[in-house]
Amino acid sequence: MTLEELRNLRAKKQDDLKKRDIEGKDCQIIVGMGTCGIAAGAKLALEAFIEALDEKGITNVSVTQTGCMGLCYVEPTVEVIVPGMPTTIYGKVDATVAKKIVEDHIVGKKLVTDHIFDRPSIDIIKNGGK
Amino acid sequence: MAIKNYILVCGGTGCESSHSNEIYKNLISEAKKQGVENDVQVVKTGCFGFCEQGPIVKVLPEDSFYVKVKPEDAAEIISEHIIKGREVTRLLYDKNISKEHAQVEDIQFYQKQFRIVLRNCGFIDPENIDEYIARDGYSALEKALFEMTPDDIINELKIAGLRGRGGAGFPTWMKWNFTKKAENDIKYVVCNADEGDPGAYMDRSTLEGDPHSILEAMTICGKTIGACKGFIYIRAEYPLAIHRLEVAMEQSRKYGLLGKDILGSGFDFDIEIRLGAGAFVCGEETALLQSIEGKRGMPQPRPPFPAVKGLWGKPTEINNVETWANVPVIIHKGGAWFSKIGTEDSHGTKVFALTGKISNSGLVEVPMGTTLREIVFDIGGGIANGKKFKAVQTGGPSGGVITKENLDTPIDFGSLIKIGSMMGSGGMIVMDEDDCMVDVAKFYLEFTVDESCGKCAPCRIGGKTMLGLMNKITDGTGTMEDLEKIKKIAQAMKRGSLCALGQTSPNPILSTMKYFPEEYKAHIIDKKCPAGKCKKLISYVIDPDKCVGCTACARKCPVGAISGKVKEPHKIDPNTCIKCGVCYTTCKFGAISKR
Repeated sequence: MTLEELRNLRAKKQDDLKKRDIEGKDCQIIVGMGTCGIAAGAKLALEAFIEALDEKGITNVSVTQTGCMGLCYVEPTVEVIVPGMPTTIYGKVDATVAKKIVEDHIVGKKLVTDHIFDRPSIDIIKNGGK
Repeated sequence: MAIKNYILVCGGTGCESSHSNEIYKNLISEAKKQGVENDVQVVKTGCFGFCEQGPIVKVLPEDSFYVKVKPEDAAEIISEHIIKGREVTRLLYDKNISKEHAQVEDIQFYQKQFRIVLRNCGFIDPENIDEYIARDGYSALEKALFEMTPDDIINELKIAGLRGRGGAGFPTWMKWNFTKKAENDIKYVVCNADEGDPGAYMDRSTLEGDPHSILEAMTICGKTIGACKGFIYIRAEYPLAIHRLEVAMEQSRKYGLLGKDILGSGFDFDIEIRLGAGAFVCGEETALLQSIEGKRGMPQPRPPFPAVKGLWGKPTEINNVETWANVPVIIHKGGAWFSKIGTEDSHGTKVFALTGKISNSGLVEVPMGTTLREIVFDIGGGIANGKKFKAVQTGGPSGGVITKENLDTPIDFGSLIKIGSMMGSGGMIVMDEDDCMVDVAKFYLEFTVDESCGKCAPCRIGGKTMLGLMNKITDGTGTMEDLEKIKKIAQAMKRGSLCALGQTSPNPILSTMKYFPEEYKAHIIDKKCPAGKCKKLISYVIDPDKCVGCTACARKCPVGAISGKVKEPHKIDPNTCIKCGVCYTTCKFGAISKR
């Protein structure tokens, strides 16, 4: 890759993040998959999300992974991004809560009570999308 | 109808005890009463980590942060904020900041954390290089390759004032400068990812969440000092971190960001991973380099420092994971930006792994100068189960304890050394009233004695002898002279040991002796362990007035030390009892006590 190509790629990807549109999917479920999250059951949550989305035939939601957010005491943690709704961090997400998030948050456009947590810090990267 | 506002009510323990539940109910009923129940959703959340200002209510999407909210405020929040769209100013945390608080520079806001090292952790998919690139990734490398000279880069680090995050706090620019100046055609760049302090996982989380930041930083260093080969030394116990590094390296090579002729600049650089077998001493830089060379991991005398004579005798730049993760941000945003964060003596942030008897354990990154009180009580939510705070151990087996009296000490390199502890790599273990400080000190010493490589006598013999004396004390056979002996040995170890493992291993003992002399005296003179941890110094007794003779304890006792008839008070035979504590946890009537 040349310098030019790298810069073009960055601009394009920043745009994608801003539009919150990755390959035509406008909703995102991002599961914290550090060792800590996985140990606390993040893989089960991830599977539950995929299963619940399949069951309901929802196709506009991408399910991806990320590293540790630092909220060890409420792992597994999940970030849910839905257009028109505040970006939300959920903690202690097991398979049951994952199903509830799909039903209430993704479909019903309502937040799931008792599992919301705060991102521990502001983002220092200004044009980083999200 | 679509929901316009979301009201988040903190349901953390602290806020619940100050009636956040009532606030929650009132908000729901008020919303109904005022006819907006379809425009607003009231939800309960986890702890916001700002407990001293609780109960906390947050309204989205405006992001209004209301503090010290009372149940009777609910009506006003609904009528003013939700219906009329005006913030309830008197409840806002900082009335001056109101809606414009979401600025990056504004690090004094309610979120005590500020993330530079962990900037991408929890944001990007670590196995997708595009996401890293989208968040300014590899733009520091662009600058380093095409716009800056090696001296510019070193100067930027100097302005930033970045100090090594592995524990010692040596200025990073000086280290880079030494390695750059050392004349040789072959030089190496090494990442020390041999994280070994008990309870520390900062580096693992960084590597798992943002592997590219390390690769980018090492490449920048290679360009600066004139090296084209790097090694990441990481413990084999971190399989996920290793996997993500491997994926990241493969993607970087594919994009031409690693390997030959990076971005067409003519500069070559590549990185290899070396797995460590988990020896604590291999976190010491000279031992680590020996281990990369395939030799037994033992420290070497310094000087010569690795910057002059390191890996295979060549000048080597070795930094810790956290130090590396700071580099791309400094180059991208500039040293001046970085130097504004923190204290005069220590710039930037520090990542801590907050564990132990704390409500909200977690990985936290705070600006230097944040006090321990803020970390433990604001971010950590205080001590778990309502117990009393006793001390915090920082710096792992090389550090010391910080007590209640020093809770307001700003955390930076200088201040921590002044109070007898050290920054260390970032483990922070919180202890409560149930922890015995003599036992804790012994635990760390056992660890360093186990991990001593045995090369030099002060560490090998001194540690073992000191542990013998500590065992005497916790067994109840110690004398006050033993304390003097321990101090003498500690001095010899500090002065005579070859590497930091031996030099610092007496620290936990010296610091607990200094701050908790009464606990040592209780063990030696009264033959008692006040916290009830040291088995040989406690005995379990049944209170005959409270015992109802249910026989539950006698049935659970693994050694049959408890005797008595049904419905009659039981007794523990102290000679048979092994002090396992099973009876104590089994008794439903509180009849068994520790003495």
